[in-house]
Amino acid sequence: MRMQCTAPDSAPVVSSSLRKGNRDLLLRILVPFLVLATLVLAWHIGVTVSGVPPYILPSPLAVATALFTDWHTLAPALWVTTKITLLSLLLALIGGVGFAIFLVQSRWVEIAFYPIAVILQVTPIVAISPLILIYAPSTQVALLICAFLVAFFPILSNMVQGLKSVDHNLLNLFDLYGASRWQTLLYLKLPASLPYFMTGLRIGGGLALIAAVVAEFAAGSAGAGSGLAFRLLEAQYRMNIPRLFAALILLSLLGVMIFALTSFISWLSLHRWHESSLKREN
Amino acid sequence: MILGDARAPKRSTEGRKRPLVAMDKVSKRFSSGTLALSDMSLVVESGEFVSLLGPSGCGKSTALRIIAGLGDASSGKIDWPSSRINAKGLPDGDISFVFQEPTLMPWQTVFGNVHLPLKLRGISKAAARPQIIDALATVGLADFADAYPRELSGGMKMRVSIARALVTKPKLLLMDEPFAALDEITRQKLNDDVLRLWKETGITVIFVTHSVFESAYLSNRIVVMKARPGRVHADFPLRTSLERDAHYRTSEDYRQACEKVSTMLLEAIGSGEH
Repeated sequence: MRMQCTAPDSAPVVSSSLRKGNRDLLLRILVPFLVLATLVLAWHIGVTVSGVPPYILPSPLAVATALFTDWHTLAPALWVTTKITLLSLLLALIGGVGFAIFLVQSRWVEIAFYPIAVILQVTPIVAISPLILIYAPSTQVALLICAFLVAFFPILSNMVQGLKSVDHNLLNLFDLYGASRWQTLLYLKLPASLPYFMTGLRIGGGLALIAAVVAEFAAGSAGAGSGLAFRLLEAQYRMNIPRLFAALILLSLLGVMIFALTSFISWLSLHRWHESSLKREN
Repeated sequence: MILGDARAPKRSTEGRKRPLVAMDKVSKRFSSGTLALSDMSLVVESGEFVSLLGPSGCGKSTALRIIAGLGDASSGKIDWPSSRINAKGLPDGDISFVFQEPTLMPWQTVFGNVHLPLKLRGISKAAARPQIIDALATVGLADFADAYPRELSGGMKMRVSIARALVTKPKLLLMDEPFAALDEITRQKLNDDVLRLWKETGITVIFVTHSVFESAYLSNRIVVMKARPGRVHADFPLRTSLERDAHYRTSEDYRQACEKVSTMLLEAIGSGEH
């Protein structure tokens, strides 16, 4: 004996809107691109017409040239900054998730340790960096620690929130079926906090880059092993404004890449089930 | 029916089955100080369909949770005489619970959700597949194994929840106002489905509801409860020679049953008001 069911009504909507979806996607890429191109063009015309000297405001062409000719100095710096940002983000992920799991184990653990995390977060990173520079074995490690401290907190606080927001009935269900603590964590609490984790990841990714740059400013690091922040300052001292702009553009691109990467990871893990990744159809 | 053979009730040597649940003067006081349940005694025999009926705050859900082993009784004794008791003092795998909400994991497919109770016992997806497909077929959702909960209607989600409860082949099915949030048509259909399950599998059901009509339609025993503090007001069987189906809904038997249950419920509400 079977019960009858009606098919979910989403299938036909999807197939009929496929063409429309493709056009929509094309426009979504094309429109921002055109706006950006227009702005760059306006910049170029503005510089050419007004005759501003390139050491005040270079034309986009000069910036592109600097990007090309100075690539051999900018590329290693970009690589250093990328490495520090991604590595600190990775450490923040491990640390944030690990510490969050530790915190939610008991109310007393949270009461005891959460304030420490808050203190680390609210103290401006620029203010601690001199101290970190003294203790850290190398500037690179110091930068890594600074970026880690900044990226760590959003991941931690989101993860704690996520781990505590698990549906109580589902917790009861796991109890009922005699799930161990480990099983409840693995099969219920971690997947349930995935949306929160992804929010933390996106915020942390952006902050890690900011912190990597700010910490390098604060550290005043110099020389061959330095990141883009040093190249920015160096270009400023030398009044090499086109190169400064080129370094700035590389930083923006790195930020965009990190944002795209974290958004993509978020979409990949949530799009099948979470409301935030679903298109609303009315 | 797939589930029928697996759990055909076995007669004990005395010719009488041991009760599934025995509550003896169970009270429950919440940490807020509220006495949610006072001196409740209830013995549920195998094969019964018991409805716990009462106004909100009468402790019927609390009683159900205590029967499930979720949350301890403050005083009194609860026992599951026909179940194997595990190290935590709870019956091992004989009880399933259906909540008022479907309570599905949104990140898992229908298949994954029904797999859960078996996964927690360490049974792999592959090994559990036949049982899961069976349970899904029982509720008519075999074709929806790969769908995600968000793609299903409210009634279908509830069926997944029921399939998950059945996949462990429990002796006792506890349902906490499972259809209260559904529309009338879906609700009647699911009522019929639960009745059919009960008849075909011999499963014992304890069903919490605040609907006179639902309880009179479904159960062969009704426990009316009253509030402040929650306690048992009346406990009586409902017998009918008729098949409980669409015809029963319009029969004189059903009308009388509703009247009786309704009177008892009014009494319970009335005497609780003082």
